[in-house]
Order: sequence, then C-alpha cells, then structure tokens
Amino acid sequence: MPDVNFIVDGQKLTAPAGTLLIDACKSAGIEIPAFCYYPGLSLQAACRMCVVRIEKQPKLATACTTTVAEGMVVHTENPEIAQARKATLQLLLGNHPLDCPVCDAGGECELQDMTFKYGAADSFYAEPKNHREEQKWSPVVYFDRPRCILCYRCVRMCGEGMDVFALGIQNRGSSSVIAPNVPAQLSPENIPNLDCEQCGMCIDACPVGALTSGTYRYKTRPWEMNHVATVCTHCGDGCKTTLGVRSVANGSEIVRGDNRDKSGINGDFLCNKGRYAFDFANNIERLTSPLMRKDGKLKPVSWEEALTFAGTRLRELRDQRGPQSIGVIGSNRLTNEENYLLQKFARSVIGTNNIDHHRTADFVTLAAALRGSSKRFASQHCVEKAPALLVIGGDPTTQAPLTAWNLRTNVRNKNARLYIANHADIKLRRQAKAAVTLDFAGYGAFADYLAGDDSTANAASPDTDALAKFRDALRAEEKLIIVLGNEVRGSTIARLVDTFPTSKFALLSDYVNSRGAADMGVMPDVLPGYQLVGAHAFVEEYKSPETPGLNLVEMFDAALARELAALYVVGSNPVARYNVDPATLANTFLIVQDLFLTETALLADVVFPASNLYEKSGSVTNSYGDVQLVSKAADKSGTRSDFELIVRLADKFGHEIKQLVPFGKGLRADMGQTRGAQSGEADRHSVWLTANNLEPKLSPFDPFAILDEIQRLVPGYDKLLRLQLLSGNDQHIAPSAGDLVQIANRNDLVLPSHDTLFTSGSLTRFSPQLQDVQRHQSREVADHLAAD
Amino acid sequence: MPKLVSHPDEVKVISRRFGTGAADIEKYIAQDGYKAVQMALENGPAWIIDTMKASGLRGRGGAGFPTGMKWSFVPKESAKPKYVLVNGDESEPGTCKDHVIFLHDPHAVIEGTMIAGLAIGAKMGFIYLRGEYRYLLNIVEKAVADAYAKGFLGKNIFGKEGVDFDIVTQTGAGAYEVGEESALMESLEGKRGVPRIKPPFPAVVGLYGGPTVINNAETIAAAPHILLMGGEAYAKLGSERNGGTRLFGISGHVERPGVYELPMGYSLRKAIYDVAGGIKDGKQLKAVVPGGSSCPVLKADEIDVGLDFDQMAKAGTMLGSGGIVVLDETVSIVEFALRTIRFYQHESCGWCIPCREGTDWLKKTLTRFHAGGGNKKDIDNIQYLAENMMGRTFCPLGDAAAMPTLGFIKKFRSEFEEYLEGKRVDHPLIQIQPIGEPDTIGAAH
Repeated sequence: MPDVNFIVDGQKLTAPAGTLLIDACKSAGIEIPAFCYYPGLSLQAACRMCVVRIEKQPKLATACTTTVAEGMVVHTENPEIAQARKATLQLLLGNHPLDCPVCDAGGECELQDMTFKYGAADSFYAEPKNHREEQKWSPVVYFDRPRCILCYRCVRMCGEGMDVFALGIQNRGSSSVIAPNVPAQLSPENIPNLDCEQCGMCIDACPVGALTSGTYRYKTRPWEMNHVATVCTHCGDGCKTTLGVRSVANGSEIVRGDNRDKSGINGDFLCNKGRYAFDFANNIERLTSPLMRKDGKLKPVSWEEALTFAGTRLRELRDQRGPQSIGVIGSNRLTNEENYLLQKFARSVIGTNNIDHHRTADFVTLAAALRGSSKRFASQHCVEKAPALLVIGGDPTTQAPLTAWNLRTNVRNKNARLYIANHADIKLRRQAKAAVTLDFAGYGAFADYLAGDDSTANAASPDTDALAKFRDALRAEEKLIIVLGNEVRGSTIARLVDTFPTSKFALLSDYVNSRGAADMGVMPDVLPGYQLVGAHAFVEEYKSPETPGLNLVEMFDAALARELAALYVVGSNPVARYNVDPATLANTFLIVQDLFLTETALLADVVFPASNLYEKSGSVTNSYGDVQLVSKAADKSGTRSDFELIVRLADKFGHEIKQLVPFGKGLRADMGQTRGAQSGEADRHSVWLTANNLEPKLSPFDPFAILDEIQRLVPGYDKLLRLQLLSGNDQHIAPSAGDLVQIANRNDLVLPSHDTLFTSGSLTRFSPQLQDVQRHQSREVADHLAAD
Repeated sequence: MPKLVSHPDEVKVISRRFGTGAADIEKYIAQDGYKAVQMALENGPAWIIDTMKASGLRGRGGAGFPTGMKWSFVPKESAKPKYVLVNGDESEPGTCKDHVIFLHDPHAVIEGTMIAGLAIGAKMGFIYLRGEYRYLLNIVEKAVADAYAKGFLGKNIFGKEGVDFDIVTQTGAGAYEVGEESALMESLEGKRGVPRIKPPFPAVVGLYGGPTVINNAETIAAAPHILLMGGEAYAKLGSERNGGTRLFGISGHVERPGVYELPMGYSLRKAIYDVAGGIKDGKQLKAVVPGGSSCPVLKADEIDVGLDFDQMAKAGTMLGSGGIVVLDETVSIVEFALRTIRFYQHESCGWCIPCREGTDWLKKTLTRFHAGGGNKKDIDNIQYLAENMMGRTFCPLGDAAAMPTLGFIKKFRSEFEEYLEGKRVDHPLIQIQPIGEPDTIGAAH
C-alpha cells in the first residue's frame, strides 16, 4: 500500500493507505479512547468513544472504522469531541453500579480512566438502574451484568481469537446481555454456564469489571500487589505470565496471574493454566521442611541434618560402589542454570553420565539434523508472522495453546496458509487451507511420501487423493515454518529436514523447559549443546567419563538388578510417570527434591522441599529455542531453590564449590545467605557492575554465576545478551554446533505427557483450580458446540 | 383492515390497480402486467437505468436517494453473485403504504424486482417482509408461485434463453431495526439484526458479500410503471428534483384517514384539509408528524409546505416514509413524546451506547414525567440527552429517536412546563391494542 499524508491535531503524519485512523494515531503517540476497539479483532464502532472531527465531514467520525486518506485533516480533542465522549460516559454510568470500591477492576478499569479524563461524574437520573444478579459461569469466569458496557470484546475474543464461540448476545436494546453457551435449563445449577476452554481471555479483554476471575475476585486491590513478570511453567510455549504477589506470614503468595502489559512473547494471550494454575504454589500440601526416613517413616528434620546425611551417604556410596552405580534425574521444569548445574554435578562431582530426564520431544535428532544451519530453527515469532506453515502431528490447541493462538491469528489477520497433517481431527483444521488425515502410525511413511517415495502413500494416509493434493500444495510453497508434534521423531525428523531445505523447524514439547533440559545436556549420551559425550571442551572442564551413561529406563532396570546404589531425583516424578514398581527402588538410596510428597518422594530416604519456578530466578528455553528470564515472584518459607540445594549437596559431598559454581570473588561465607541471592536483585546488580567494567560479586547460589559458564560452553547460548534477558525480552537461540556428529540409531525415549488444557503432569492434582475446572467441564453437557 | 380510500386530487400510478383484484396474476396481466419487464428484457440494462434516472424517482423508504443512480453504482463485473433485495420491513409508526401494495398489487413488486435485477445483472431477488406482516406472506408467495407457473420466473424467463431470475420471500422476526438496509441483510443471512459498518456500501458488498441493490417496496413497485409511461412523463407528475407520485398514509385525527397517492410537492395543508377531509369532529389542528414518527413535529402554523424531500427539509423536518400523523388539540404532547420514545426504546437493537442507553433514559425520564413525578430539570435533561444522541449513533435509529424528541421539547416546551404545573389534564396512556390478523384477507398462517 502506498503511503498517504494527513494531519492529526496539527501534526503531519504519514501511514500506509488503508491504515485505520486509530492505529495511525497510536503509532504517532496520539491516543484515541475506545472501549469496543481491540487490535486484531473485528471492528464494531459500537462504543462511539473514538469519535473524532474530520474536516469536511458532516458528523463526528469513528476513528476505529475510518481509514486514513491523503489530505485528511483530523482533530482528536476539542470541546465538541470531549462533550460527545462525556455524554457517552454519562449514559454508561447511568446504569453502572459504581461499585468501584469493591470491584476487582477498580484501579485497572478503562471506564474509570475515561471518566476521570472526561469528568462525567455528574448524575442526573432519578430512575433505578437496570440490575441483574451476578452469575458464576464456571469456576474461573463470573459475570456481573450491571458493570457490563456491552463492548463485545469478550464475544469477539472468544469467537474470533479463541475459535470457541462460547459467548454471545441475548435480547436487544437496553436488555441486551452477554450470555454463555450453556443455557440455564441445561446446566446443573440452573444458571447459565460456560462450556469452553476456560482460558479467561474474555476476562482479560473486558475493559471493566463485568467479567471477573473466580480465583481472584474480591481478594485484594491491584495496588496492594507486586507484579512480577515471569514465565509460565505449564507447557513448552513459554508465555509470559505476570504474577500478582502479596506478602503473607510465611513468605509471599501469588494472588493472580495475567498478562498485564502484553509485553511477552505471548502478546495478548494466556490460557487457563498460564492465567490460573499458579495455585499449586500456595497449596497447603507444600513441603516446608526436609524429611528423612527414620524407622521406615519420613520425618521432619533440620536442613543441616538432612544435607549432611544425604551428602555423606552419597559420597560413601560413590566411593564404595563407584560412580557408575549412581543415577541423577533432572526435570522439564527446572531452569537452564539448574539443569546445567545438575548435569555438571552428575558428570563432574559424581563422575557419571547416568543422567536423564523425562523427555517430551526428540530435540537431539532435530539438532543433529539441522547441524551447522542454525538459521533453520523456527522461533515462536515465526508462527506469528510466517505466510505459510505446516503442522505435522501434535494438537497445539491443547498441547501448546500459544502456538495455536498464533496460528489462528496469523491465518485470520494475515491470511497465512496453514497446512495440517494429523492422524486426529484436531481443532486447528478449521483454520487450515488444506488438511490431510494420516494413519496413526503413518508419520514416517508420510515423511517418505513428501520426500518423493510414492509407494508409501497407502501407509501414510487412508485418503491418498487428498495426500497427493496436499503434497502438491506444499511443493508450491517456497518456504514453510514446519511445526512438529512429538509423534514425529528420529529418522522422520531427519527426512523432513532434508525434504524441505529452505524451511524452518520447531518441535513441540510439553513443559516450560523441556527444550532447555535437552539443550543443557540432561541426557546420558549428549552433553550441553547436543555435543557427544567425550567432546573435548567438556573432558577438559568436567573430567567426566567418555562413554554414555544409563538412560532413565536403564537406571530403573539397574535398580531392579540392585546395581543402582543411589538415585538423585530433582523436580521430577518418574515413579508415577513411568509407572515404576515401588519395590524397584528398595535397594537404592533415594534423594528427592520436590514441592510435594509425590509417588517418587514417598519412596525417598531424604526429601528436600524445593521452591518452584515462580519462586526463583534463572532462564528457561521454550520449545522453539526462545530463551527468557524467570523472576522470583513468590516466596515460601521452608523451601530452597533447586540451584541452592544442588550446591549445598555438592558441598556436603565434599566437593570444591568454586569448581562447581564459578562465583567470582564471592566468598565461601556467602553460603550463609540463601534467600536473597535468588531474588534476582543480585543478578540485576551484577549486570550493572559488569556493564560498568566492575567485577560482580556473586553468591554461589546465584544462577547468573553459572550462566557465564553456559555461555562459554553451550553453542547458541553464547549469543545471549543479558541486558535483553533482564529487560524481559525473549531471544531466539539455535544450540547447534557446526561440528555436531550425526547420532544414529539412537533411542529417543520420548514419552509425551498427553496433558490437556486442564492438566499439567503431577502438578495437576495440587492445583485446586485445575481440579475445579475439570469437574466443571465433566459436568457440562457433552459435545456442546464450543469445545472440541 | 383500512378501507380503500380515494380523492379526486390523487394521481393514481402505483395505486391504479388497487381494488381490482390484481393479486390474481390474470387480472394483473390484463392491466399491462409483466409488460414492463419484457420491455426491459428487450432494451437492456442501460436503457432501464437511463429511464429510471430520467424519472427522478427517489427512494420511498425515507432517505430519498435517487433510484437510478443507486442502480448504476453496482459494478458490472463481480466475482460474487449480485442480488436485488426488496425492503418490505415497513415498521415506522404512522406508515402503512407498502402494506397496501403487497395486499393489492404484489405482482408489481415482483415485476419491479425483476426489472432491478435486469438493470444490475442479478439473477436472484429477495422480498423481505416485516415479521408482523406475516399474514401478507401467503399473498406474496402465491403471486411468486403464479409467476413461476407462467414461466415469468425461473430459468429462461419469458422464454428467453439464458435469462434466469429467481425470487425468494422471507419475513423478519419483529424488529424495526432491520428496516435499516444492512441490518436487514444481517437478518436475512440469519444473524442478529444489527447494522453493518459502512463503507462498504451494499452496492459493492451487500447480501452474502455480493453487490446488492436494496430498495423500498414502493420504489420497486414504481419501476414497472415508470418503464411503461417513460421516465420523463413520470418525472413531470412531481415537483422539481422529486419525480412522480408517492403513497401517503394519513392517519390520526382526520375525517378520512387512509393511503392516498399524491404527486410529489403536493401541499401538506391540502393533504390534511382536502384529501383527508380535515380535522375530525371540527376540532383544531395542533401538530403534524409528517413522515413517520421519526420526523420532527410541525406545528399547526407550519403546514404550508409542499410534500417533497427538499421542501420538507427546508421546513426543518423530513418527508420520511410518507406517514402523516395528524394530532388535534386534545393530544398531550407529553404523552405523544412518551409514546414515541417507548417505541424507539423498545426497538433499539442495543448495538451502540448512545442509542441503547439514550432511548432507555429518555423513556424512563418521560415515563416518570408523564406520571406526574417530573421537575423542571427533567425538561433540560431530556433535551440534553436527545442532543447528545443526534449524529452520534451507529445507525439512523438513534437520530430517529432523538429528532422527534427534540422537536417536541423545542416546539412545545411550554406544554411540558404547564404539565408540571398541573395545568393540563393528565390522562393515562391508552393501551395499544395489538393488531390481530385481519380475517377479511383470509390469509391464514
């Protein structure tokens, strides 16, 4: 589109023809108020707040529906416009309950802000307001009709944004009301009800307090919280969630989650888990004291006793039965720094490659296939912007909701061409330009077929005609962003990478740092950065063995054969996940670090109460390789970060701490401090010092102390800019060394977690909100039109 | 059922077949029926549009947009199908002209629809009837079926190879708002009857996204007559820039209420005093609402004005839909204002804030005022509300509610003040009786 010149409030502006006046003004720093306008959603022109005066037009025009034109002269603020806006506000406030002192939105309300600006405080109606009782539509969505200004943002957000269409409008005129999709007569409580994805996007979009969240309402005032932006723990998309935190007697608790400033990789978006499933952190069952098995029972003991016992026993066993008799299991939910530290602990302190974690995607094969071409790792931003995308396997709607949101938005607003190949009838097919149904086990054959092997058509898909057309359509695309579900593994990945040499790839995984755990080498056969065990730099650095260790399954086999003397499990619940017989570990000394007494922790000899991702700082890497900082939001007395616990265990093991964590000129005495070092304050301070050519003084518990080493040794991470991280930005990295050796015939051991929108592994049962929503959804009328 | 009325000053063009049983296709054909469409078939789109332009016909729905020009806006080439849409959602209080056309001469609407279709290159037309006119649906549907049976509709109409035209009828669900053209399209597509953002205008993106001509039923019904008599001849019947005749529904306190066809520019005073027989029972005229309830009121001394779009605009009101409501001296303007706003409050679709909330507060305030609970400030508030609705709403419904209200307050302010002082007799609102299905028509559901 060619640029046009126009004048707004005396300022000469230029914008591409076709730009909406409201957007053009926003870009120039001229804010035009609006309730119904919401970027990316369809236009309404219903609230009439964005009226402006355009010269030579008879009436005030709505800036949200006017496109800029050459020579247009616009006035956005004058007495006439102010009066029009004021009158509209007066009309709204006439029926508004004005219960701002108790309203959740008080202080964060667009109606308040505009009333403040235009001074529509006088009321001249003597008649009663139209009142309706509030309604609970679901455990997370409440509706207060009197506060609603009918801007229809929620309706559009649900329909256009989420593709759920659970909200609509009933009645007309002043009786108009937003209504959910399950009418009263079909709902168990005889009130209208929501059968939907429970994402809370309607609440987020609501400019007033008409839609409020069941987990937050009437709990606090927005100005009484600290707002800490961090990364959601529940899936591999890496959404920023801003946690509202309030001080309580035993630390500080999270009161709400949202995406307040829309500044994250997720922009407007958060799903149910990102918004509400922080509540596991406040669960009463959280462990707050170390436990030791005494007389067959786990009993609370002091930190000193537990650490000393665990460290010395581990040392004894290592010395008596050798390092190869000890296993370590890391986690998808630990930070990069913690996972790195843990594998270093295994390799350098214990001296074994017996380290693994619950793998949810085959990142090793992808890294190997893309070796030397780091530009072919797709970022989450590619999904947002690319003109052509192919999704093979997976169900982003439930597994990676942000990916699904970006795909939908890209198709809706930028006419992206989306291709779907899947064995299931996933919801994203509704946005697809073309979709093909694959055989359940046909992904490999499909990759071969795409590569040109026509003999595999029948094995790939029951509909070979559709398959042929699908391949033709893909071949017509110059380049694609190819997103792979975790059904796609091993040689299939490699085949696809070869078939589409100009395309970028991403692999969906299940938790916040699944990718980070793989990048950090929490696996028995690869080192950080997918380098083969025995890589030169690490042999120097770690003095670790040069042969691969036991993987997770082999560790339990070894335990059963009484060959595993000790197992150190950090932030993971393999006993439940892999359905391990408890008797397997009867002869293994088991140390577990976790939030709760999980099935694995119940079998332990020593249990350390750990803090969760929302209570620590560090960095995480999402499925796409976008690295972000997590910040300490909440605090729970009686817990310590996994980073600190690993360091302290190594100390009690008798290892030289400075060799494990190079914390510069810090003193061993710094081990005295615990909580402060994780707060992120030290991180920020050290960056400032470094930027000013001063030596930072780090504590051994400061994750940034190890980030130096990660940046030095892990390919891709060397490109990270710390100031970018600290600014809350995401940075895309491609951890692929140029000289990476192809790993052949490797057992990928991927075990998808099959989480739904309302589950998150072992955390599910500790989140009352997730439990409530699951109950709610299961009671809803089956197959109601909204959810899949 | 209103009886057919007649007056020597009438110029019968559209109404010439009224009362002749022309709903019967044979009787319609016997009175030059379906001749115009065959002329249109022979002479082609350019001729049709030129004739329509020459006729000076302006939209009879109320806005008065030149019909020939509207038809010429439709792009010749279109990837999507084009449509003709007949707006028979006549819902403005005081307006009952389309009703008599559907009742007495449905084939004129069908023939007009086909002519519009030929003019713009559409193969399909829709006749959208007001929901409350459901009892007319059988008449219209029978007429459509008869036209199909004769081969006038369907494939190869009038035996002309490759020329197809279909007509579908549809009724609304009872919403004044869908008289607005884009809301009507939403309704016809099966959605909530709320208006669309313009531009794009229907001529470019209309029904189902296709270029669409949407005209009032009377406008469409005039088309066959115009083609038969010639554009210039039709234009000459009316006044300057206001071609032809139109149907005026004169109601209220007159001796002979009814629908009369008068030339454009005819005197409003004569329409009331001669054509409709003057004020009932020898009473004095108080006010006239000249073009349906949305038009600003005229006082008794303001009725020396010609009934066409331009002269009425000059007089500070509108010709509107041609529904002239005559009020005698006994009418309480307070009550009349309340009755008017009750209608608009009930019919506001609720889409935009000024109309949804404004009509509601106007109704609430006027209700209390009428019940005797008013005060002086209320009069100012009513004016303030109406002034702040004017020109601020999404569609013209907000203006339609605000304009008459402002008219009442400005021209009869003293009456509001007297009402407060108790000088006027307060009489309770007369309950409006719902109009039942007239059994004289014999058109059962």
